[in-house]
Amino acid sequence: MKIYKITAEEIAEKVRELALAANMYLPEDVKSSLAAARAAEKMLQARAVYEEIIKNAELAAEKYMPICQDCGMAVIFAEFGQDLFVEGGGASDALNEGVRRAYADGYLRKSVVSDPLFARKNSGDNTPAVIHWRVVPGHSLKITVAPKGMGSENMSRIFMLKPADGVEGVVNAAVETVRAAGSNPCPPVVIGVGIGGNFETAPLAAKEALLVPCGKRNPVGFYAEMEERILNEANRLGIGPAGIGGSVTALDAHIVARPTHIAGMPVAVNLCCHALRHASGRIEGRPCNE
Amino acid sequence: MSESKFVTLPLDDEGAKALHAGDIVRLSGKILVGRDAAHKRIADAINAVGEPPFSIDNEIIYYAGPAPTPPGAVIGPIGPTTSGRMDPYTPLLLSKGLRGMIGKGKRAPEVLAAIREHNAVYFGATGGTAVLLAACVKSAERVAYEDLGPEAVLRLEVKEMPLIVLADCHGGDLYEIGPAEARKVIEQG
Repeated sequence: MKIYKITAEEIAEKVRELALAANMYLPEDVKSSLAAARAAEKMLQARAVYEEIIKNAELAAEKYMPICQDCGMAVIFAEFGQDLFVEGGGASDALNEGVRRAYADGYLRKSVVSDPLFARKNSGDNTPAVIHWRVVPGHSLKITVAPKGMGSENMSRIFMLKPADGVEGVVNAAVETVRAAGSNPCPPVVIGVGIGGNFETAPLAAKEALLVPCGKRNPVGFYAEMEERILNEANRLGIGPAGIGGSVTALDAHIVARPTHIAGMPVAVNLCCHALRHASGRIEGRPCNE
Repeated sequence: MSESKFVTLPLDDEGAKALHAGDIVRLSGKILVGRDAAHKRIADAINAVGEPPFSIDNEIIYYAGPAPTPPGAVIGPIGPTTSGRMDPYTPLLLSKGLRGMIGKGKRAPEVLAAIREHNAVYFGATGGTAVLLAACVKSAERVAYEDLGPEAVLRLEVKEMPLIVLADCHGGDLYEIGPAEARKVIEQG
């Protein structure tokens, strides 16, 4: 079989490019959802907030400045084609090097402290990134960089539900998370729901759910219906943009479901602020010489 | 509710009394910037010697820590941080003459009470609109605590900064009024 090559430098440069793009440019699907929310909003103050959010995204792109001063921890999903060979350094080191370059070159805020409890000293370059590797068939490396601020991360929750809690249990967990969060996660939020797996699976599935484009429904009918229900119930809370009252509290809700144990049903609810930032790209491997 | 109110600083008692929760404001004038660590130091100084290290009389303080300033810009993106973390210090600062705050999120009952008592005002800036807010900043200088880096106290001159009054000296709190009103609107379809 054939082996394909990419270099650590290519990986670092790709991550740099994606981290900069994610921080400066709001994805089109999020922009469309915000425009639709503004059009649907009946409250005067809430409409003013939408105007600001939409104008801010335009200005950020125009001035090439980060959408939010909280440029987050850099979450990276990396799908590594198993026929690849990385030359010139460690692949994870290269991902972190890309983050380091982007946060320096883009004047992005560095928000990572190396020890969580005692020193809490800023690492100075926003590393380490939060990295999720996955090995897949093929010979390319797909990278998604999703900077995530802490305001909405702090309002996210995990529930170890019983299988008998059923659909109601999951919907209630999601809506209760949005209700309890109030204005803190910078609504309008996007609701990522991860169901199943183990204690550690559900939150990762919830994070992946946030990467599903706004407006896209789960391909499985039952889950698609639940997404609609969670969205509708969250939007009846009246929290509104910035939490000051309004008819749109959530732009969308997405569910990612995973196989789980006969005795359990973990549910994680990961909220994201209206600055739902992510960018993806791919590096193709080149065939190595025989 | 009317359209935007153009407010120029400084605010006196009458100016503060004219503001009501829900007012959409364009604020111009000079404000201070300070967040967690600066608040702790100011409060420590007041507790130690009875007075803040610099005058906060009639000042408005913006809870924010900007991203780095790119070359050629007045200031980096500067959105509000969560106000609740400053709650333990705010009644003390208001008692020393602070006129108001700019931030995001609910305040503790003691803070709302102090806002009423001292004819103060709590403005909201929209979280996640850091570039828009930076574009309102016409000048920026450091006032104190340079060693705190992004948490140093700054003085900004702002022009028509887009804000909404979140809590007023009459007891109005938009985080209570707004969602309750929105739920009524939603129920009526």
